[in-house]
Amino acid sequence: MTEQQQQTPLAFLKGEAVLEKPEDLYIPPDALQVILESFEGPLDLLLYLIKRHKLDILELPILSITQQYVRYVEMMQEMQLELAGEYLVMAALLAQIKSRLLLPKHEELEEEEDPRAELVRRLQEYEQFKQAAENLDKIPRVDRDIFIARALIEDANDNADSLPDVELRELLLAMSEVMARAKKFEHHQISAEALSTRERMSMILQYLSENPNPVEFSVLFSMEEGRSGVVVTFIAMLELLKEQLIAIVQVNIGSAIYLSLKLQE
Amino acid sequence: MTRRVSDEQLVELVEAAIFVADKPLSKKHMKETVLQEISVSDRRLQQAIETISEHYQTRGIKLVEVGTGYRFQACPSLSPWLNMLWQEKAPKYSRATLETLALIAYRQPITRGEIEQVRGVTVSSNIMKSLLERQWIKVVGHKEVPGKPALYATTKLFLDYFSLTGLDGLPKLPELQSEKLDQMLNDPSVREPSE
Repeated sequence: MTEQQQQTPLAFLKGEAVLEKPEDLYIPPDALQVILESFEGPLDLLLYLIKRHKLDILELPILSITQQYVRYVEMMQEMQLELAGEYLVMAALLAQIKSRLLLPKHEELEEEEDPRAELVRRLQEYEQFKQAAENLDKIPRVDRDIFIARALIEDANDNADSLPDVELRELLLAMSEVMARAKKFEHHQISAEALSTRERMSMILQYLSENPNPVEFSVLFSMEEGRSGVVVTFIAMLELLKEQLIAIVQVNIGSAIYLSLKLQE
Repeated sequence: MTRRVSDEQLVELVEAAIFVADKPLSKKHMKETVLQEISVSDRRLQQAIETISEHYQTRGIKLVEVGTGYRFQACPSLSPWLNMLWQEKAPKYSRATLETLALIAYRQPITRGEIEQVRGVTVSSNIMKSLLERQWIKVVGHKEVPGKPALYATTKLFLDYFSLTGLDGLPKLPELQSEKLDQMLNDPSVREPSE
């Protein structure tokens, strides 16, 4: 860990990018956490180390792998990261395997198993399921690769029932709020503006037909028109409602009121 | 009272029923609902389904059989374009989730401890919880070992989600290199390479 290496800035936007960069095992401490998060545990880290050195799992060079592994664990301690116990267990296992390999083999213990066998078996099994998980991710799945085609049952009555009626009181309450707001915008100079209810009805209808979704009640009012403008708009709405050209819905008492075009049969 | 319908009427009814049902429709469920007053043999129903399937061969949607029955779905080849209809992209699943799901799918019934043993790490409760909530996995029993841990298995909804009719539709599990392992273990010369 030379100072020069420590100062080297390393882009670690994605775990993958960081992993590809270091030539040897040294990874700047800043990037370590990112790297550890990108591993799914000690087996995954071990697999990575083996693969990066282009080694066959079956010819696991325990010494170099152990050294590298222990260095990772040491760095984790330096960083005072909350060290996952699983990584330490793996380091201990590697050390144990190494020590057994260094001991001379007893002739009388013919049955002694290669100490690496169990680890190799676990690594292979993990690799198998790591691959299986990647394969699983590639299977087409609903909402990503598969879109379910579905038709709707035409049932206008059913639809109307599910939308609660607006009580007149609620409508008036909403109206009074709009009136209160309009008051604040009122001009003292009164211009003789001819506001036609029929014209306003057409404007509302046009606005609604341009918006496929229901429109919120207050959106249709223009505060700049003052009190009389608000009244004309409100009367136009009631007129349209009476003529069954629009539908007014409110899901809950006190919630927003919405207007939409009444669908023609 | 059972009624008779022509083959054409049967095809129309089955097609419409699958289309409007809010989840995949099995033959059994069809017989219990839309076909309950109509006398239809299994063979005729199968033929009707095949007729519908053939009809959609050249269309943008297809009739497919998944875990819990039949449904219509868009041709997968159109998905890149269809995806543009939605602003939100389908969620990505973490490697931890996918590895856990893969172990349950291929090794079921399996305990959480057994999953942890293969993965070498603790399986977070959140992963199990979200898989259970999505109804992709369920508890199918308890292992007769101390602590009686729950045994997990995949559900039919899991198959529906991945558009499979059965677990045999999953990609084959990558082969273990067990032969090579045995060879290594039997060959005394294969030891630690010189450092």
